Amino acid sequence: MNHGLHTALRAALPTHALLVEAEALRPYECDGLSAYRQVPLAVCLPETLDQARAVLRICGEHRVPVVARGAGTGLSGGALPIASGVVLSLARFNRILAIDPDNRLARVQPGVRNLAISEAAAPYGLYYAPDPSSQIACSIGGNVAENSGGVHCLKYGLTVHNVLALKVLTMDGELLEMGGCGKPGALDSPGYDLLALLTGSEGLLGIVVEVTVKLLVKPERAQVVLAAFDSVETAGTAVAAIIGTGILPAGLEMMDNLSIRAAEDFVHAGYPVDAAAILLCELDGANAEVSEQIMAAREVLFAAGATEVRTAEDEAQRMKFWAGRKGAFPAVGRISPDYYCMDGTIPRRHLARVLRRIGELSTQYGLRVANVFHAGDGNLHPLILFDANQPGEMKKAEDFGSDILRLCVEVGGTVTGEHGIGVEKLDASCSQFSAEELTQFHAVKAAFDPAGLLNPGKAVPTLHRCAEMGRMHVQGGKLPFPELPRF
Amino acid sequence: METELIERVQRAIASRTPLCIQAGGGKAFYGRACRGEPLEVSGHRGDIRYEPSELVLTARAGTPLAEIEALLAANNQMLPFEPPHFSPHATLGGMVAAGLSGPRRPWGGSVRDAVLGVKLLNGRGEVLRLGGQVMKNVAGYDLSRLMVGALGTLGVLLEVSVKVLPRPAEEITLAFEMDATHAAACLIEWGRRPLPLSATLFHDGRLLVRLSGSAQGVRAARAAMGGEETDHAIWAGAREQTLPFFQTGAPLWRVSLPAAAPALPGEGLSEWGGALRWIASDQPAATIRHQAAAVGGHATLFRGHDGHGEVFHPLPPALLALHRRVKQAFDPHGIFNPGRLYQGL
Ligand SMILES: Cc1cc2nc3c(=O)[nH]c(=O)nc-3n(C[C@H](O)[C@H](O)[C@H](O)COP(=O)(O)OP(=O)(O)OC[C@H]3O[C@@H](n4cnc5c(N)ncnc54)[C@H](O)[C@@H]3O)c2cc1C
Repeated sequence: MNHGLHTALRAALPTHALLVEAEALRPYECDGLSAYRQVPLAVCLPETLDQARAVLRICGEHRVPVVARGAGTGLSGGALPIASGVVLSLARFNRILAIDPDNRLARVQPGVRNLAISEAAAPYGLYYAPDPSSQIACSIGGNVAENSGGVHCLKYGLTVHNVLALKVLTMDGELLEMGGCGKPGALDSPGYDLLALLTGSEGLLGIVVEVTVKLLVKPERAQVVLAAFDSVETAGTAVAAIIGTGILPAGLEMMDNLSIRAAEDFVHAGYPVDAAAILLCELDGANAEVSEQIMAAREVLFAAGATEVRTAEDEAQRMKFWAGRKGAFPAVGRISPDYYCMDGTIPRRHLARVLRRIGELSTQYGLRVANVFHAGDGNLHPLILFDANQPGEMKKAEDFGSDILRLCVEVGGTVTGEHGIGVEKLDASCSQFSAEELTQFHAVKAAFDPAGLLNPGKAVPTLHRCAEMGRMHVQGGKLPFPELPRF
Repeated sequence: METELIERVQRAIASRTPLCIQAGGGKAFYGRACRGEPLEVSGHRGDIRYEPSELVLTARAGTPLAEIEALLAANNQMLPFEPPHFSPHATLGGMVAAGLSGPRRPWGGSVRDAVLGVKLLNGRGEVLRLGGQVMKNVAGYDLSRLMVGALGTLGVLLEVSVKVLPRPAEEITLAFEMDATHAAACLIEWGRRPLPLSATLFHDGRLLVRLSGSAQGVRAARAAMGGEETDHAIWAGAREQTLPFFQTGAPLWRVSLPAAAPALPGEGLSEWGGALRWIASDQPAATIRHQAAAVGGHATLFRGHDGHGEVFHPLPPALLALHRRVKQAFDPHGIFNPGRLYQGL
């Protein structure tokens, strides 16, 4: 590392808040997508706003890229370090600043774990709704940066719907308040909706240093219904049937046979292991309301071809049903040396068709695939099983994944519903955006970070990259990037 | 029509002629005055794509809101944020540009919560598809939600996709006679219980509360809350501001603030479980803004102004500078609705 940079960081941070030794840097070389690894120049773990600001100022002066990092559970390489850059970890920004039951909000630092918010709110009968499966580990700052979802998004929305205000440090060290007006809690704010823009910006626009989230009142009752199907397609059709009847489940999740078996072996959730697919349909609300909806849901599920419909008998069984779903990724991790998690979203009406096509691709590539996903939102998570030690398998898995994502875009969807583009889906996203759209994204980035030092090279592919890929989304029959050379 | 609009904008860019985007015209009072040539966009309408089981509706931005809401109602669905129309000609694009939500907002979400994607004509004369038609989409920055409330300063909306929701099976309105202090305390207390609230309004010693949900859920809540059942007329009156309170002619201030914030001086009507307060008052702007800011709120001079002073709450300098750069990123030549949101934006 450049001597001037090192000295400046040393002076700005307590000794234990600056890591530069190879050994100490190792744990930061990747996030949850471990296929990509890179050791950074240094890791900074500021404990105060002034320290964080100093790190940004110093990096700005030395023109050194800064990669923010929460808990490192991201699945698209968003927190992957840059060789010539510094990692800015928000791990020490881990305090819950206030729980305000009257305004139903929590003000927290970005390093606070998602689940810790609900735990702190529980004594007031309140909770924070978005519940990514990684919620015991992932940070709220990371959730904001990725606009993370969870199994209850269908009814309660994504992170963007549940954040009231942010405090953000820009690359030039300016502290901006978005959404709030001094004291957070108002439902809107003057000017552009920068709160929405920051959400999901993958650490490219600013560093989130404080988050105010909305807390919801715990419903009087929540009940989950498990329906088994003898084909994945029938289960897909049942999803549309449920929504079509006007029921809005709190969660509507699907697992296919491979995931069912893996989860059952792992957490003994009590799933029917012979089913081709199961749906978990959670209904919540007032006691009487839930009873009414369960009856209605059972009827729709049977009519849609369910072979068996079970209602969790008590809270313990309900938690078990969910534990199987929430543990599905690690469960699949136990049955295959490696897996590759996709995250496309499609209009729900294409569920059956897309799942069938994924099945065909699985045969074609000779790789198994486990489907476990947010069916109600049309957000797919096909897990492609492979063995990185087998020559060529990693490449095969990636190609399979690209085919799935292209299929998602073709049917009117997107390459990522909640995990972000990161570094992983830069190429795949080329098929989703036109040159003009990419240019607009880069212009917005420049409005926040003119020097391009915040997490550069992530989230939005360069025009050149997409031209080289030859994958650019073509609009109106025009050849993409006619001005750029072909390779 | 789209081609015409593109050509028109390209000519405006070439000649550096500012444009004032106009559609239904019912929200022309909202925001600052715009200086420029009118760009009429309400002809760009129709092409509604709507599949009830997807809970998504897409249409051209000039499509009348009334047409969209009628179509949804026929399918037992709704725009959950109850946007005010303020005119029979209100359009989908105007709804997004103004970003105003009605009585259901704290429980059903806002316009920006429901927007999934837009097709935008930016200030380089390019047509961009931002966001999409699916519930979850984190590819690229969320630029479609950025259009909500931008009052057309970032581009011309050509098409909008929104999330829609099933209509509640049952809705009732309850009325309670009580003073402001008692009403505020009730709202806080109810807000912390799992009750199916979907709108509240306090005015002149009367608290009105709407409950929405399944028949069973609404019945149970009604039993727990008491009050007198009354008709639903108040909600349309609040949404469209046809209630006498809104018609006094005095400057009308909209203050958005934390729900449990104390009453503001001169507060005349409150909605959103306390998070939205209306003040009809001749008090100086600085006084009202100061009082709002002191409790974490922001004040908009909603009606009764000449369009030349600041309408929206002033932004801190660093945030205003960022707004200018964001505007530049979409509209480098300052063609669209100059000054409508803030002076110089
Ligand atoms: C087993 C497993 C299950 C998962 N399930 C889900 C799921 O159900 N739903 C879902 O949406 N995701 C899921 N994820 C993905 C991941 O947990 C989320 O993306 C999460 O939000 C990342 O949070 P993090 O704190 O780990 O962030 P990191 O991985 O550390 O960072 C993620 C991105 O955010 C940026 N960032 C982090 N903190 C800040 C900050 N303070 N300011 C600015 N930028 C910042 C980083 O630069 C990076 O680009 C899962 C992951 C795993 C491993």
